[in-house]
Amino acid sequence: MTALLSIENLSIALPRGADREHAAKHVSFSIDRGEVFCVVGESGSGKSLTAAAILGLLPPGVRASAGRILFEGQDLLTLSLPELRRISGKRIGMVFQDPMTALNPLHTVGSQVAEVFRIHTTLDRAEIADRVLDLLETMRLPEPRQIARAYPHELSGGQRQRCVIAMAMALEPALLIADEPTTALDVTTQAQILALIRDLQARRGMGVMFITHDFGVVAEVATRIAVMRQGEVVEQGDAQAILNQPRHPYSQALIAAMPALRPPPYQPSSAAPVLRVEGVHKTYRRRGRTVAALKDVSLTLRRGTTLGVVGESGSGKSTLARCLVKLVEPEQGAIRVLETDITRLSGSAWRAQTGRIQMVFQDPFTSLNPRRRVGDLVTQGIAMRGVRGADLKERARDLFRLVGLDPAAIDRFPHEFSGGQRQRIGLARALALEPDVLVADEPVSALDLSVQAQVLDLLAGLRRKLGLSMVFITHDLRVAAQVCDRVAIMQRGEVVEEGPAETLLTAPSHPYSRELLAAVPGRGWAGGA
Amino acid sequence: MRALRRYASSSAALIGLVLLLMVIGMAVSAGWLFPDDPLSLAGAPLTPPFTEEGLPLGTDSVGRDIAAQIFHGARVSLLVGVVATGIAIGIGILVGAVSGYFGGATDAALMRLTEAFQTVPSFILLLMLVVIFGSEVTTLALVIGAVSWTAPARLTRAEFLTLRSRDFVQSCRTLGMPHARIIFLEILPSALPPVIVYVSVVMALAILQESALAFLGLSDPNIASWGNLIGDGRRVLRSAWYVAALPGLAIIVTVLAISLVGQGVNDLLNPRLGRR
Amino acid sequence: MRILRLVLRRLSLSIPCLGIILAVLFFLLQLAPGDAVDALIGQMGTSDDTLSKLLRSYYGLDGSVVAQFTGYLGRLVTLDLGLSVAYGTPVLALILERLPVTVVLMVTSMAMAFTAGCVVGVIAARYVHRWPDTIISVLGMLVYSMPSFWFGLMAIVLFAVTLGWLPAGGISDLRAGHTGLALMLDMAKHLVMPALTLGLIFFAVYLRVMRTAMLEVMTLDFMRTARAKGLQERAVLFRHALRNALLPMVTIAGLQASSMLGGAVVVESVFSLPGLGRLAQEAVVQRDLNMLLGITVMSSVLVIVVNLVIDIIYAKLDPRIDVGA
Repeated sequence: MTALLSIENLSIALPRGADREHAAKHVSFSIDRGEVFCVVGESGSGKSLTAAAILGLLPPGVRASAGRILFEGQDLLTLSLPELRRISGKRIGMVFQDPMTALNPLHTVGSQVAEVFRIHTTLDRAEIADRVLDLLETMRLPEPRQIARAYPHELSGGQRQRCVIAMAMALEPALLIADEPTTALDVTTQAQILALIRDLQARRGMGVMFITHDFGVVAEVATRIAVMRQGEVVEQGDAQAILNQPRHPYSQALIAAMPALRPPPYQPSSAAPVLRVEGVHKTYRRRGRTVAALKDVSLTLRRGTTLGVVGESGSGKSTLARCLVKLVEPEQGAIRVLETDITRLSGSAWRAQTGRIQMVFQDPFTSLNPRRRVGDLVTQGIAMRGVRGADLKERARDLFRLVGLDPAAIDRFPHEFSGGQRQRIGLARALALEPDVLVADEPVSALDLSVQAQVLDLLAGLRRKLGLSMVFITHDLRVAAQVCDRVAIMQRGEVVEEGPAETLLTAPSHPYSRELLAAVPGRGWAGGA
Repeated sequence: MRALRRYASSSAALIGLVLLLMVIGMAVSAGWLFPDDPLSLAGAPLTPPFTEEGLPLGTDSVGRDIAAQIFHGARVSLLVGVVATGIAIGIGILVGAVSGYFGGATDAALMRLTEAFQTVPSFILLLMLVVIFGSEVTTLALVIGAVSWTAPARLTRAEFLTLRSRDFVQSCRTLGMPHARIIFLEILPSALPPVIVYVSVVMALAILQESALAFLGLSDPNIASWGNLIGDGRRVLRSAWYVAALPGLAIIVTVLAISLVGQGVNDLLNPRLGRR
Repeated sequence: MRILRLVLRRLSLSIPCLGIILAVLFFLLQLAPGDAVDALIGQMGTSDDTLSKLLRSYYGLDGSVVAQFTGYLGRLVTLDLGLSVAYGTPVLALILERLPVTVVLMVTSMAMAFTAGCVVGVIAARYVHRWPDTIISVLGMLVYSMPSFWFGLMAIVLFAVTLGWLPAGGISDLRAGHTGLALMLDMAKHLVMPALTLGLIFFAVYLRVMRTAMLEVMTLDFMRTARAKGLQERAVLFRHALRNALLPMVTIAGLQASSMLGGAVVVESVFSLPGLGRLAQEAVVQRDLNMLLGITVMSSVLVIVVNLVIDIIYAKLDPRIDVGA
């Protein structure tokens, strides 16, 4: 029996002027009916473009330059665009990464799902409407009638992704291509969508090509795996074999970089509190409605320790981080750094004290002013406090050494650095003022796994060396397990549970904490550490 | 240097630059090519172009040299264009920056003001200002600038709105940087490119507005301006259409040159969009 | 319901806007040399002190600045725009008499420019960076650089003087004495050139906006979804791209409404149309500030109404426009 999809020797050429010639080089693998085939790789591995090539969805200028893509025995690369479109949506369904942008904002969800039937079938309106409702129900969407009438912006991310999956599954295709379908979603939603895809696959017996960067997700769904790096498949085979005994050094490194969900044993600290958050409230007014972003949040950070604040989107964790550095003013409560309540400081009094609490930002690509030299960026704070000339340069070089960057690089511009390096620069800038408290707002979530591991190592090292006190905001329980002494779990603006990381990540007591922990992908898999 | 070469690689931008230099050349050389008052009589009325030596483009309805008026008119157009644009962009950046950076009530108030100025048709407001302040050419330039600031203000505000939430701006605030410094030294350089590109639009509109006022006979009657000449040509349109046609071509060339240069600068500043 | 709420909210925003306009205009009037009475007296050619005092108190010009401002606001809100100094008749009556021509001119040119801009913009985007796009872009640039009055004059030379196809000016042929349908047709014929002239620049603007909008929409994720569903390229374009690209077009149309009215002044003058613009020009020549004030206020109101209509269209196109409280 021939494979459902077999990619043979596929190469994808990038337009001239790109950073390399090929997005994919001699890629070969095949997918059978009834299996979930995971293509794993970091950004730039060519995994998404390989998937796009199957349905002829490569961006302008990018083209498949060699090889074959055989689907049910037919080479898709030789088909004309109209011929290919007769297969798309009917025999091959596709689900994309970001459900927020994958749906047309101006049409109801129902009509967008119905469109698949209108294109490929001769069913009449009433039949299509029935099929759409059935389909939405199969996707476990509550109130399918209402959902069908809704516009995309009226639905949550998870609901939208279910609708996109509904479109892809409408005509029961033989192959489903899912390109990072859960990356843009919260963990608990991710767990639900993964369960849905697994379930649909089992019931319909279709083949699934699942693209992801997350080995945790791979452990949840894969039957077979291909690992890609810089356009090449470095290893492929049975899922259990690769997950537990990876042979290629790159796969080994990737799996090793995965933070383990096991926190180190808790060492209680008796140091004095350096930061106390007391009964903080913050509400936002949106379209006349008020939304509570923070409800009576109280937390304590002791000197030399790290407090993790974990939550999904909308939990208020980022608002809390912004309150700590006075980018957002809470309506009620106190935030004391040592003995000073910073919520009561005036603008100018605060500016004189900002050095005591500093922040590292999430996105390494927007957190550095692209027009300034990195040396100036890290020393801007001290320059404003009167350090000048050669002293300033020397400080910049010291800071670069501290975060493991080449001190000779201080005269370069941010775009000359990689994401991980930029995050180090951001860290150097925050440390320049020798703060009492460092607030790190998802500092590694925009980074690839291997880079993430390096930055986490750096943070751990700095913590020991400088005795840093840190508030660490994250959505990722694995990361929290790595760096935090204590963890606070937030949901809808409230701290639902706070305690030692060791207890919270092994035996949480609040139902939401348990749900969150259960949703961590690949939890059952012993991989990683 | 590299930027210059990249600019020159686009033929449209290059043509624009050449045309613009030509117009500037006309304005600069008007004094010694046509040293006499361009509004003095030079020959028989309605001499057609290319028929008499010394009057290459002929004369208008009262016998004034058309070529001299076009050359001297370049001065007026460029003067009005530059002064009005300077004022409009200056006010626009200030209002837009403050509005976009601070947001909230400041933003709401400034945007209401901007909306109000956008609601009144600027040409009609211009007519009113001309009646009140007179139509001397420098007044005209100032007044045109004063009614043209809304679009640059909105543009600057939009840029500031997106940039102020960028983490690099937030990080400046956490470092304790004063607002004025953040606005002008950190955000403005990044917010400027689209506004710079818009300079060409404002300048083109300013030149068109002055010529329209002059055409209606509401500009300074004591200077040679392209609009004045077209207004004069209108009265003899049926018999001597060239009197109106020639200065119109001068306006088209000038506005086109400015637009092309603007486009070239745009492609230079946003190379991503320029070549797709 | 949603639309009604939108209308109410827009109107509530328009009131402060109109308030600011009136305040700015009042401030400008204070800067004007002499007031309406000086102008009236000048018109009559006498210099009688008692008469001017009488007139001042009649117009409420003898009180404090605050009293004058409240009086001025009160009169404008009740649409009492006063007497035209030049005509000696109520400004409001004069404006209402001239308004229809301007509105018809504006609406026709806007409709023409919008439709043509959409069609040509889509074509340019479809063939981006190939010859049809290049030709369209060059023509667009050229058209955009043309002063409308100059284009109008040249059109008169060609179509009225040389070819004799269309009338050179006016709103109807008075000597023919048409009535009913014939009159309508005659007026339409008189409006062809003015509407084209006024619409031309805006056509160039719309064309550019539509081209950019289409190119931008083409890069959005949901276009990929539509293709993955199996929609053919033409259907992707018409069913998914077009409506999204219309949104910025509609926004621009709203922003351009006031400059279109400004452009109408010039075009009406070129084609001797008896509209608001011509009235404004006459008012400037006569230095009739009272009339100009009335025209400015009324044209602002007109722009607000046009924008209201455009907002409704936008809300119809885009379900995301939320019009809560």
